[in-house]
Amino acid sequence: MNAPEISLQARALAIGYRHHTVGEAIDLTLAGGEVLCLLGPNGGGKTTLFRTLLGILPPLSGTVQVAGRPLADWSRQALATHLAYVPQSHAGLFAFTVEEVALMGRTARMARFATPSARDRDIVRACLARLGIGHLAERIYTEISGGERQLALIARALAQEASILILDEPTASLDFGNQLRVLKEIDALKAQGLSILMSTHQPEHALRVADRIALLKAGRIVAQGPRTLATVQTLAELYGADAAEVARSLPQLAAGA
Amino acid sequence: MNFAHQRAIVRLAVLLVPTFAALLAAFAFGPYPLSVPEALAALWAGPSADGDAATVVWELRLPRIAAGFLVGMALAAAGATYQGMFRNPLVSPDILGVSAGAGLGAVLAIYLGLPLVAVQGAAFCGGLLAVGAVYFVAGRVRRHDPVLVLVLTGVAVGTLFSAGISLVKVLADPSMQLPSITFWLLGGLNAIAPSDLALAAPLIAIGLVPMLLLRWRINLLSLSDEEAAALGVNVRYLRLVLIASATLMTAAAVSIAGIVGWIGLVVPHAARLLVGPEFSRLLPAALLLGGGFLVAADTLARSATDIEMPLGILTALVGAPVFLWLLARTGRTG
Repeated sequence: MNAPEISLQARALAIGYRHHTVGEAIDLTLAGGEVLCLLGPNGGGKTTLFRTLLGILPPLSGTVQVAGRPLADWSRQALATHLAYVPQSHAGLFAFTVEEVALMGRTARMARFATPSARDRDIVRACLARLGIGHLAERIYTEISGGERQLALIARALAQEASILILDEPTASLDFGNQLRVLKEIDALKAQGLSILMSTHQPEHALRVADRIALLKAGRIVAQGPRTLATVQTLAELYGADAAEVARSLPQLAAGA
Repeated sequence: MNFAHQRAIVRLAVLLVPTFAALLAAFAFGPYPLSVPEALAALWAGPSADGDAATVVWELRLPRIAAGFLVGMALAAAGATYQGMFRNPLVSPDILGVSAGAGLGAVLAIYLGLPLVAVQGAAFCGGLLAVGAVYFVAGRVRRHDPVLVLVLTGVAVGTLFSAGISLVKVLADPSMQLPSITFWLLGGLNAIAPSDLALAAPLIAIGLVPMLLLRWRINLLSLSDEEAAALGVNVRYLRLVLIASATLMTAAAVSIAGIVGWIGLVVPHAARLLVGPEFSRLLPAALLLGGGFLVAADTLARSATDIEMPLGILTALVGAPVFLWLLARTGRTG
């Protein structure tokens, strides 16, 4: 996959709603084929930032560029072929099969009035197999485990054949084994050349998969840089936690410092 | 190749059996009973054949059965669309206020002594006004779960339009207009004429076209707006088109059959249990079940007792318990 040099770029971005600015002066760059992890406390504006980057919420000021073109120039359908979004694993509403859920990822690649073709099904089967859940294709999405649902949503994003993935806390609410499975898949996707922006509440996951880390607090990127940016000191400050406690919970950081 | 798909096609084919049985029974039963072979023979002989059987089958029963099937299909398809679109399996044309809006429009037109075309037009305008008001108000209200707001707004708007209907009933001439308004509000097919069909059928067909064309994309509206948008769907545009279609179908149905409740709520559920939620399979199943169910209910309404029962009473007798069962069931699993 030929990722462009810069996949996703936000410049001097102000985010929020008409009467309520959530964050401003946000500069963020996602290079082709890299994993950028967003860390920060709850209420820091992560959800609003993602909504803005996905083009669902218009920016209050500043610009977002996807593959070198301003977000406003993209149609929804064209954007979805470049940029895919993986929400947090959700329960779902109607009893679609896993295959049908993943097939929804093909919509942007289909004509307006079309239904999925045999080729779409083949691609979806391959995506499910790639994530190790090929055997779940005929199962009902609402009846599988949270970890399996998260993998199904990642498969749906892969079926979009986009070069950029935005993942919203992909390891939240998963058990340990499934967390490791998802992290392994993120590594594998990066190896295939995808650019990945993900948020996480677990710094050790960022340390495990990220090329770069951005720290988001109170609607501002307080720091961004290589993985080594995450130190006991910066994390303690970011989360308003006691440094000794951070060092105890993340011994690998304390050892490196 | 695709197990779920094949199974659904088999089940759709099986569904044709009770549907045809309901149609056959509808031709046979009634105040002038015929055997099934007699009814079929009369159908085969054509409308110009002599004899009472031909008259009963062609002039009385056929328009009524066709209207019943059409109304059942329209309400079920509209219900299936509303449920997927508003991400709530408990919404229906009744709950969103569309039926009451269409009802007020039609009752007003009856009160004013307008011809049937105007009754239909007023029903459509009333339905659109109701759903428009619901959509507008729900769009202004933030800080609450949007689907809950939508449903509650629908209930409030529906109540408002029902109050309007009551007002018209008070004002109406008690000997001339009130009985027809009351009977019409309970829902029924006893006054169907072929000209009603000629008016309603094209409107229902027009409403069905976007549902058929967009049958895959409708599925994505059952996701959150963010997800659907990120998958490449223009959510606002798609939802508007489908609201207009479903409302048109509901209004056309209401304008010829009155307010026949519960079909739009219960039939899509039954269809979903049979073939799953994927809309390109759900829609045909809902159409068949809705048409068949309404024809069966109407047959019962006109042949079970000496007096003809209003159709709305029968559908409520079936629909309300099923709704309560669904409520209990979704509460447990969700």
